[in-house]
Amino acid sequence: MSAGAAEALVAPPVPSRWTRFRRNRVLASRQAQVGLVILGLFVLTGIFGPLALPHDPQEKVGPVFQSPSWAHLFGTDGGGADMFFLMIQGASVSLLVGFAAAAVSAVIGGTVGLLAGFFGGKTDIALMRLTDYFLVIPDIPLMIVVAALFGRSLTNIILIIGAIYWTSTARLIRAQTKTVRERVYVRRVRALGAGNFRLITRHVLPQVMPLLIANTILLIAYAIFAETFITFLGLGDPSRISWGRLIENAFTDDAILNNAWWAIVPPGLGVMAVVVACTMTGQAMEDALNPRLRAGHLSVRRFRIRRPPLTGVEGTAKVEP
Amino acid sequence: MTRLDFVAKRIAFALVTVFVAITLNFVLFRSLSGDAVSALRCRQCTAQFKAYERKQLGLDKSKWEQYWLYLGDLAHGNLGSSLRTEKRVTTELWDPIKNTLPMIALGTVFAIVLGTMVGVVSAWRRGTAADKAGLWSGLCFYAMPPQWLGLLMVLFVAGALGLPTSGIKDPTLGILSEPSTWTVFVDRLRHMVLPALTIGLVLYGEYALIVRSAMLETLGEDYVLTARAKGLSSWAVVWRHGLRNAMLPVITLVALSLGFIIGGFITIEYVFSYPGIGLAVVEAIDQRDYPILQGAFLLLTLSVILFNLIADLLYFKLDPRVTS
Repeated sequence: MSAGAAEALVAPPVPSRWTRFRRNRVLASRQAQVGLVILGLFVLTGIFGPLALPHDPQEKVGPVFQSPSWAHLFGTDGGGADMFFLMIQGASVSLLVGFAAAAVSAVIGGTVGLLAGFFGGKTDIALMRLTDYFLVIPDIPLMIVVAALFGRSLTNIILIIGAIYWTSTARLIRAQTKTVRERVYVRRVRALGAGNFRLITRHVLPQVMPLLIANTILLIAYAIFAETFITFLGLGDPSRISWGRLIENAFTDDAILNNAWWAIVPPGLGVMAVVVACTMTGQAMEDALNPRLRAGHLSVRRFRIRRPPLTGVEGTAKVEP
Repeated sequence: MTRLDFVAKRIAFALVTVFVAITLNFVLFRSLSGDAVSALRCRQCTAQFKAYERKQLGLDKSKWEQYWLYLGDLAHGNLGSSLRTEKRVTTELWDPIKNTLPMIALGTVFAIVLGTMVGVVSAWRRGTAADKAGLWSGLCFYAMPPQWLGLLMVLFVAGALGLPTSGIKDPTLGILSEPSTWTVFVDRLRHMVLPALTIGLVLYGEYALIVRSAMLETLGEDYVLTARAKGLSSWAVVWRHGLRNAMLPVITLVALSLGFIIGGFITIEYVFSYPGIGLAVVEAIDQRDYPILQGAFLLLTLSVILFNLIADLLYFKLDPRVTS
């Protein structure tokens, strides 16, 4: 740097919010960007789409299984309803299930992981044993059985999916919590007399949060997927139109016999797009954040293309003038 | 930890898990607001018949007594009787199991072979068009709901290949004359192809992605560099040094994906009306035949536990470092 000695004494300028956003390690990956944009488009459709619908999407607007036309872009389904409107309504319900179930999982898994990782010892052993058992029990059949036994409402489906998919979250968060717990600043705060509750909520959780969010995005994909399973077996909420429900309807209304590909293809493509987007985003974030993967710079994953060292928020701490 | 310790520990864990699964199975099915009998969809059943059924099933006893009875019955291999056909659950489920196993095996072998090949080529030719094609095809098949892929198969593939889309055998077969063993075999195989292909493709997506990332890690290891420095051919480096080590995490992940395989084949069998254990589950749900559902769920859980144990032991056999 050609700057004078006086300039070196001045603290480096704090980067603007936008610069920090651009330099963010997670969002810098192209994979995460593409995934987030796709996901964002679907979320916007899911939130605002149903409000813009001219009428109830299930209303009969034309003959049964009419092929796509300008009047009905995606054609009509077995009930003569407009497939395009149904898809928009379906996006809303499918994404609601995905986000809500993932949130339930994140809360359960996050709590279990934090407690196990933070307290260690017997708490850790007990909680991880529990997690191991849940991990082995086949998730989809368990969901089907629970859904068959406890009734067919959207809330039930969200709770069922959420209550079953927390295991991977718990393990991940536990591992991360263990590394955070040993960091110097946490020990110092403890020495200053902070209680466990304060330590966990104010000092450990914020460090674990990014990884938890990344994992939750992956869970959204699983949850949307699981909803299509449950609904396909006739265990979905009968009053709601989701993408899973549209696939089920196409099957039970014999769309195949009518050669009505337009009633079958769109809902599956919707699920695919959201699952791919969530997987891309979640995995890019996890790769950037997971301590296990980052510590592996010695030998593991050498093929991963590393970005040049960052000089953003994290960078300033390391660059000594 | 010695070898024996490790094996004993894994087996003990599996046994405890079996116990947990059995208990869960009991708790789930007995925590209903009504009970199995009142939920039964049966118009002709009189109140008297229902009371009799309850007594038969021991539902009038306390929960603890019921639990002991359940454990005792299980120890004798008795899973109860179907509420609909009155036949033993084990008898009812035996045929579906026999139908499902070859179909799943066919699909899984297809997925493992194709997934491994594509994953290895993707990792070896990292960043090229071949890698991108492998990665995206894997990601797309992984993201497809299996039942939807099944419907697409029926719609677009079945006609082109001239394959049957439902059932397990041709209804006209054997009406006019006794078919030869070969004809029966070919007929069964033709009915098996589409469901097996569907489950195979969904699994292929998952396996290709797993193998690719495992291979990428392995190819970065020092011993692979050594192998290349020794002047070994690419073939030997990739298949003998790379893949053999990359298979270790793959084994675990494949075992863990069994829960998913099972979920997948339930809906796929439903789409193709393939009379396997998945279709039995669907029918049991439809008719609220809880003993069958309970038996099938227990069976599926136990098979997953068993395969996880096998994977653990296999891993141990292949990689002695596991204990340290």
